[in-house]
Amino acid sequence: MTVQEVRLCGLLLQQHFGNVVEKVGTHLIRSGVLTLRALAYETKLPLDLVKKSLCVLVQHGMCTFGAGRRGPAGPVEYRINCESIIHMLRYPRYIYTAKSLYGDTGELIVEEILQRGQMTMSSTVRTVADRLTNNMPEGQSMDYSEVVSAFSRLVETHFLQRCPPLASAGSSSSTLDTPLPAATQPTEPESHPDCYKLPYINLTGQGKRRRSSEGGEADQRAAKKARTDNSECGDDGIHWQVNFQRFHLHFRDQAIISAVSCKLDQSSSEIVRTMLRMSEVTTPAHAAFTQALSSNEIFRALQSSYNIARPNLDQYLSLLVDDPMEFVGKTGDSGGGMYVVNLHRALANLARATLESVVQERFGSRSARIFRLLLRKRHLEQKQVEDFAMIPAKEAKDMLYTLLSENLVQLQEIPKTPDYAPSRTFYLYTVNQLPTARLLLQHCYKTVCNLIERRLYETKENKRLLEKSQRIEAILASLQATEAEAAQLTEVEEMITVPERQQLESLRHHINKLDSSENQVDESIFLLESYIKSTQASR
Amino acid sequence: MAGSRGRGRTQFSFSVDALGFGRGDSLPSTAHTPSPLFPPMQFRPVPLHAGEEVDYMLALKQELRASSKNLPFHIKAARTKTDVARYSDKYQNGEPKNNCIEWSPDWSRMPKELCIKVRKPRKTVIGAKPQLTRKPKVAAGKEEVLQKLETLEKREEEQHSEEEEDEEKKKQNEEEEEPDADEEYDEEEIEDETDYIMSYFDNGEDFGADSDDNMDEAVY
Repeated sequence: MTVQEVRLCGLLLQQHFGNVVEKVGTHLIRSGVLTLRALAYETKLPLDLVKKSLCVLVQHGMCTFGAGRRGPAGPVEYRINCESIIHMLRYPRYIYTAKSLYGDTGELIVEEILQRGQMTMSSTVRTVADRLTNNMPEGQSMDYSEVVSAFSRLVETHFLQRCPPLASAGSSSSTLDTPLPAATQPTEPESHPDCYKLPYINLTGQGKRRRSSEGGEADQRAAKKARTDNSECGDDGIHWQVNFQRFHLHFRDQAIISAVSCKLDQSSSEIVRTMLRMSEVTTPAHAAFTQALSSNEIFRALQSSYNIARPNLDQYLSLLVDDPMEFVGKTGDSGGGMYVVNLHRALANLARATLESVVQERFGSRSARIFRLLLRKRHLEQKQVEDFAMIPAKEAKDMLYTLLSENLVQLQEIPKTPDYAPSRTFYLYTVNQLPTARLLLQHCYKTVCNLIERRLYETKENKRLLEKSQRIEAILASLQATEAEAAQLTEVEEMITVPERQQLESLRHHINKLDSSENQVDESIFLLESYIKSTQASR
Repeated sequence: MAGSRGRGRTQFSFSVDALGFGRGDSLPSTAHTPSPLFPPMQFRPVPLHAGEEVDYMLALKQELRASSKNLPFHIKAARTKTDVARYSDKYQNGEPKNNCIEWSPDWSRMPKELCIKVRKPRKTVIGAKPQLTRKPKVAAGKEEVLQKLETLEKREEEQHSEEEEDEEKKKQNEEEEEPDADEEYDEEEIEDETDYIMSYFDNGEDFGADSDDNMDEAVY
């Protein structure tokens, strides 16, 4: 765990779960694996607080536990999963994707499960139905069956999955058939055969609207009676969690499609979209390319709204294959031509484009030209760089040294003689894509940390003003509820002076900008992380 | 280090023009202060993405942050009272206590050693409760106890249906409670076995510290 990752995890934990969980979490990240007692002793927090924090972390899937070094008889050891903490940065994107695919119901389901970590199907359905009912106009209510159908669609497309079962509960079991998995190997959720099987629950009814106090006795009694049959739905112990990997595959596909549409045109991106959709369920998660699809199959699967005729399809496919970005490759000639989408190569190209744009925006277009040259030609001497890039010697030297000092470019020495005499050694400049991508990823983490800290600082500076405005809003809301006159309302509104109002406005603008930047940096983080993971998977 | 030492001549081992500056040029001046914290940027950054999608995700992010502060997962350490221990401390129940957890996780999925008492949420009842069925004080938390409470609650439901008319007459301002088995458990009245209803007691500490909102609701 790098310094920046630990810092980012700490800030995210503090934002969502408070200082106590942050302290426990960062200490556990730094120490690796610890038992409960050791953790309580080292953080000097009361044991109960440590227990509560660990419960929160386990509930959200950020902490795993297992038998320790002393085997099943010894104390349980805990370790933190840093990746899932950093995923918290991406929660708005997951929720927005669910909304665009499955509408408001899907959005609320994913939001509830993300906020609570794990939930059973019945409690999710109830909560979401109640929330939807509250937003609907008076008299209407959301039926449970609609929510259940949205839930099942999410499970069928693998966006939600069952939480992996534990081999045995905790450390207190004495006779075990299967040994408790060691803390180093958590059970993969996909290894469970029923991972995506929906339980049969008999849950009928409609969402309850949260009524105000004058609502009525009958409603409260009905609410109480409904809750007494909480555990009768038949799905106790089956908890569902969000399948982050599936969302990541979806984001990766989206990135590839938008890259194709930028580079070529809309129709070719539709063809690539069709190809990716056809191989969604058949392609394993870390595959380098999709299943081979024949041109006939693609033609049949194309939606008629795209209006692509058969010969045009073949032309588009050959264009895609010939494109230097190599998104699509041809693997055979049967069935009109067998085509695959090169996933890993596409990711590498997208990462390369990110690196190039970073250099361009920071150092100018001529430095970017040098950078691209070095990426393409691998190793070049200083003289060759100046010639190929067509940049005067002095400026080229300057730019090269700037890039070198930022570690974006490396120097490789090739000696002619055993003593590394400078006059008799070749000095070659080179760019390695993978280490540079890792460097930029750490820069991205540092950027997000800085953005969060700046936002906290801005909020702290203007705390008094923010509290005042919240109080005034509350007064206004209560006055409006009791239908006060306009004169009273304006009087209350004038309690905030004009310069204070301006200050509030600029504060809001800054905080929105900082939040928006976090979301945008997260997109780069996703691309670079996927690229790095894909190179590791192919090793 | 090695260089051909001509007789009587010194020669550097690298040619000077490869260094990047000529003979007569001055070297860059030495730095007397550390580099500035926010150095002026050579190129302005590209403006952020804009659009409906971006705005929606921004709103989602801010909402998530605000709502996560209200969830029971947001853990605040209990305040340690530093001044004199007061009599009212026994009856102040709003603060979080270190040794109970405010939500009920599925204990079968957690290691046994993490199991702590689950705290029942405090009902803020304003107004007299007509039926005060004194239930025996139960120890909270473990599953066997929860089952016992379930049976007790079922027994009380029969009594409850008899006293429906009494309830309808009195005005109640109950908030919705969590779906726990022993929701009828009148914690605030049974705790510490006093005859006083908790919400009636106010030791005046909160006087003046409250904000001006919610003035339309009477508080005893």
